[in-house]
Amino acid sequence: MNNTIEINNLSKSYGKLVALDDISLSIKSGELFGLLGPDGAGKTTLFKILSTLMVPDKGSASMCGLDVVKDYRQIRLRIGYMPEKFSLYQDMTVMENLRFYASLFGVSIKDNFDLIAPIFGQLEKFPNRFAGNLSGGMKQKLALSCALIHRPDILLLDEPTTGVDAVSRDEFWQMLGGLKEKGITILVSTSYMDEATRCERLAMINSGHILKIGTPTELVAELDENLYNAVAKDMFKLLTLLQKMPEVLNCYTFGATLHVVGSNDFNPRKVTAQLVSEGIPDAKIYPAKGDIEDLFIKLMENTANE
Amino acid sequence: MNKATTEIYKPDPDIVISAKDLTKCFGSFTAVDHITFEVKKGEIFGFLGANGAGKTTAIRMLCGLSKPTAGEAWVAGYNVETDPEQVKSRIGYMSQSFSLYEVLTVSQNIELFATIYGMTPQAIKQGMDQIFQALDMVKEKNTVVKSMPIGWKQKVAFAAATIHNPEIVFLDEPTGGVDPVTRRKFWEQIYRVSSEGMTVFVTTHYLDEAEYCNRVSIMVDGKIAALDTPAGLKKDYDCQTMDEVFRKIALTAKRTD
Repeated sequence: MNNTIEINNLSKSYGKLVALDDISLSIKSGELFGLLGPDGAGKTTLFKILSTLMVPDKGSASMCGLDVVKDYRQIRLRIGYMPEKFSLYQDMTVMENLRFYASLFGVSIKDNFDLIAPIFGQLEKFPNRFAGNLSGGMKQKLALSCALIHRPDILLLDEPTTGVDAVSRDEFWQMLGGLKEKGITILVSTSYMDEATRCERLAMINSGHILKIGTPTELVAELDENLYNAVAKDMFKLLTLLQKMPEVLNCYTFGATLHVVGSNDFNPRKVTAQLVSEGIPDAKIYPAKGDIEDLFIKLMENTANE
Repeated sequence: MNKATTEIYKPDPDIVISAKDLTKCFGSFTAVDHITFEVKKGEIFGFLGANGAGKTTAIRMLCGLSKPTAGEAWVAGYNVETDPEQVKSRIGYMSQSFSLYEVLTVSQNIELFATIYGMTPQAIKQGMDQIFQALDMVKEKNTVVKSMPIGWKQKVAFAAATIHNPEIVFLDEPTGGVDPVTRRKFWEQIYRVSSEGMTVFVTTHYLDEAEYCNRVSIMVDGKIAALDTPAGLKKDYDCQTMDEVFRKIALTAKRTD
């Protein structure tokens, strides 16, 4: 089986706006690959090119060894694509939508039901509800079922979890794990940094550029900086003071603490003493373990300073 | 309703939002089920809950956009049911979709919102000068919104929601889909307006942001299932992060769809 995705020097612009700038990426057969980046990074443009809905300005890409421009008809039969915006027919019922997608691909629901059963489960209870009347989480499950009904070799998921709460996001990622086990190659984009660790490999993307590619562990290992936590009761004052210190390269909020990136001159004891003298008696600084989000911030700052 | 209700009620000046058994039903479905809570002046109040828990319905009532089925709420000293217009003029609202006019410039957008809020031309000019300075947007004021990156649009939407110096600003998922650097800069603005005395009522799906709030409520099935400081919630639920707290509480939901 060749369920690979190959992307070679792909570029796409909309007028003056460069959406993708010379992107290359190679995704293995059966891999669960994440595309991590904020809104406007170029993720959706990449999905549109890979799903053969848009033609690149420069470069080439192939899905299952087929060219996205030349072989678009064959590709469309072999991929499932779930766009960011809910695109099923709102005024058709759950079952009507599923039947419609099955008939487009000339397959029977019964033959492929084993694949979607774990996802479609709860939806079976209300087959006659209009898709437009489903909750966000249910719409997402129906859309995924419709994208899978023809047993695609590659699944493209564009921000499937944006605006979805933490519990439902968890469920969704468990379903992706199940699909991966069936040998489907999955390319999924997200703006949630915490989801990155769920992918086998990921590409961090921003303003049309790939910042870094690797496994989550490899990527985090690159954070070799002086990273510290800082806490005090008055967090805003603490943040403002730390951002002004010359030995602080960067300081940003990080959940319950602040993360401080120190230069080589950074001495936690000295900095704490200075903070105390500047009116934060309860300031505490201690080493921190960085994660994907720290790396993303670092890479973004580097790009901005270039 | 008569004005008397408004005048008789003398709320604690430090309480800017007070909801008592606030309820909204749609047919047989109770979207918001007797919620009772107070928000203090200058507080950053995180209003969390899973999709479908009833957050948006509750916010719409607090903003005077939807009438409660039962119970009552006072926002900025006025009853949301009897004096919705008074409430609306004292609050700011920013939605995830930002609701800006893309073909207008930054200044034109802000001027439009300020005019709707009934500010005088002189107050608008003064307010714009201040807000552009504070948000570091002086150079961008004549840029058309459509061509701006999302981080800038977010700032403009925040400026439009706060130009009239409201007592409370409601932020409905203001940081969805935004990059980690911009998301953090936005929270620095929230800290700033809060330190100046503005009350911030904010919803988010990023649970690290819940840690930045003074107090947090978590809605489950239309009810407030938990309400405390982030530190208090983590202690009560024996968790290290707000993310764990949220998962523990949200998993108790019975309502599906």
